[in-house]
Amino acid sequence: MEARLAHHFRAIETQRHAERLGMWLFLATEVLLFAGLFCGYTLYRYLYPETFKLASAHLDVFLGTVNTVVLISSSLTVALAHHFAHRDRSRMAGVLLFVSVLAGLAFLGVKAVEYTHKFEEGLLPGRYFHAEGLTAPGASMFFTVYFLTTGLHAFHVVVGMGVLVWIGVRAWRGEFHANHSMPVELGGLYWHLVDLVWIFLYPLLYLV
Amino acid sequence: MSTAPVPASFVPGPEDPAPGPPHYLKDGTTVRSWLLTVDHKRIAILYLVSVLVGLFLGGMFAMALRLELLTPGPTIMDALTYNRMFTLHGVTMIFLFMIPAIPAVFGNFFLPIMLGAKDVAFPKLNLLSWYVYVIGGALALWGMVHGGADTGWTFYTPYSTTTPTKVLPILLGASIIGFSSILTGLNFIVSIHTLRAPGLTWTRMPLFLWSLYGTSIIQILATPVLTLVLLLVATEAAFGFGLFDPARGGDPVMFQHLFWFYSHPAVYIMVLPAMGVISETISTFSRKNIFGYRMVAFSSLGIAFVGFFTWGHHLFVSGQSTFDAGAFGILSMFVGVFTAIKVFNWVATLYKGAISFKTPFAYICGFLYFLVFGGMTGVAVATVSLDVHWHDTYFVVAHFHFIMVGAVMMAFLAGLHYWFPKMFGKTYHEGWGLVAASLIVLGFNATFIPQFLLGNAGMPRRYYAYHESFQALNVASTAGATLLLFGFVIIAIYLVLAFRFGGPAGPNPWGSRGFEWVTASPPITENFDGEVEVTGTPYDYQEDQPSVRVTPEAE
Repeated sequence: MEARLAHHFRAIETQRHAERLGMWLFLATEVLLFAGLFCGYTLYRYLYPETFKLASAHLDVFLGTVNTVVLISSSLTVALAHHFAHRDRSRMAGVLLFVSVLAGLAFLGVKAVEYTHKFEEGLLPGRYFHAEGLTAPGASMFFTVYFLTTGLHAFHVVVGMGVLVWIGVRAWRGEFHANHSMPVELGGLYWHLVDLVWIFLYPLLYLV
Repeated sequence: MSTAPVPASFVPGPEDPAPGPPHYLKDGTTVRSWLLTVDHKRIAILYLVSVLVGLFLGGMFAMALRLELLTPGPTIMDALTYNRMFTLHGVTMIFLFMIPAIPAVFGNFFLPIMLGAKDVAFPKLNLLSWYVYVIGGALALWGMVHGGADTGWTFYTPYSTTTPTKVLPILLGASIIGFSSILTGLNFIVSIHTLRAPGLTWTRMPLFLWSLYGTSIIQILATPVLTLVLLLVATEAAFGFGLFDPARGGDPVMFQHLFWFYSHPAVYIMVLPAMGVISETISTFSRKNIFGYRMVAFSSLGIAFVGFFTWGHHLFVSGQSTFDAGAFGILSMFVGVFTAIKVFNWVATLYKGAISFKTPFAYICGFLYFLVFGGMTGVAVATVSLDVHWHDTYFVVAHFHFIMVGAVMMAFLAGLHYWFPKMFGKTYHEGWGLVAASLIVLGFNATFIPQFLLGNAGMPRRYYAYHESFQALNVASTAGATLLLFGFVIIAIYLVLAFRFGGPAGPNPWGSRGFEWVTASPPITENFDGEVEVTGTPYDYQEDQPSVRVTPEAE
């Protein structure tokens, strides 16, 4: 199957340029979406620097690190998938995309374990917050920010996995080749962004 | 009701005799052909219908408010209903009408035509944006019917997270509508980058497109922050994490920062396209090249840029530091500089032009007056020492209504009257057009000038009851609003009649040099019946014809 030239574009190169530009602009909106939460983080960290340090110690650095490695590896497999799709090896690309989806699943699994621990320790923020030994005023705020940022990020992981499954199935059917690999490229870009957000979240939440 | 008598034989419609592809309104007439269309012109019409519903609702809420304020005490509703009314008025007017009004209606319709293209870059995304808008709007309306919210359209925390009224669906609705705005902006930027016809360089682009480009940048970069902050408030209202609750270590002012980071640039989402409409029409109706093309074009980007650094002027009395307040005040005044560049260039365009005083031109005059007056009071409220006196009074209400309702509404009506013949292929009654325009300009003045005086005298905004000494001016304001309502009713009547019975408009009734006027009225689905090549600017009145060549396709 060839990449189809839509009737309103003059050349396939222009159409590709448009598709890439559209994706990058969309990624810009995603960055701004998370930027609001990062502002919130900055503000409350500035207001409660000591408490943030104490509260951060309640996070499991080991699990966080595992998740970081898992996500970065999945970005590698997505990049490789694009590499193979572009070199007429659509099936290989499909396999790599499914590996990335599995990595996404693993990430969510680890996240679920972490969340369960937090629930049990009573670290759910707001009126549910009843952690012993963490009574400083900003503690609940740390976990508010923690759950909001990682929650929004996890939502993006789920959406990204959906996108990768969709493209992976098409790749497995042999749809992509040197002249038609745009969906893999764009889906990959989205996954890289999801990854990139985590690369900022990980040090800010786990390593402070 | 049209200027030319309509012959009885005219029933089949203003089709040209040569058999060609049907125009976009005739290309499929089923409901399905409308609801699944990817034609940018039909999507524009879908948007037009929806934003007019928004305008109608918002207008009704406004009339209810004005009636209530006729007397100092209770008049027709209780205090809670009043609070809900002004919230609904703000939410509908801003999210359902004002933000999509010019970009999603006239932008969708004319951006591809002005580019010499067949459609926007992503037609399906374009349709999706309308559905997202409708879903968000429906959710918000559902919330309004089932109790409404009493927070004001600004949803200030911590009140908005604790009010017992139905604030949740309205918050979610507004944030969903945000996505539709993002999709439109994204589509426009990509279209302008990739779909310009051969010969259409950046500096030959119609100024309306420059202003839409600036608008789209704001839509893309600012709207996600609104989405986020409204979702945060919704989370707060649902779970009570305490993010904005000072009692639990939260900071309510963070909400104001994030909210105004979107909502101040959002004013430029409304006013920049309006300025674009004026640039197009003012050249046509003075039959003269636009003065200072580059300055007008770049000042659009200037406003879009500096608009991102002005949000703090909403927080002058929210405990912001004196230095921040001063800095935001001065940055805000830069908007005035860029706006003034435009105004001077427009006035210079009029100078020694062959002015034809048609209905759109009446609205241009209204626009210039409201923009200058509203803009000057804007510089005044950007001055910290003055704003402390005027903050949260009717002075501010009058100021932003002069810009957002006065200027933007004038431009919307100018565009509607200017492009109506192109969009529907019919002419409307010029005389009634001028009558309605005069009523509306008069009505706006009568409504909002008293509010400037009320605010200066100290009447706070959003108050249900007021001191008896304010009554005379409030009655004047309500009387003005009634005039305004009459103006809109007249417009609705003659435009509906024109749509049904109007005479054929012909491709270029105004003798404009704009690129959109070389197409048929109404345009065919593919816009042009051939390849488009642009040979000059869209404002060259030395030429007899618009500087566009359409070569019929060889195949």
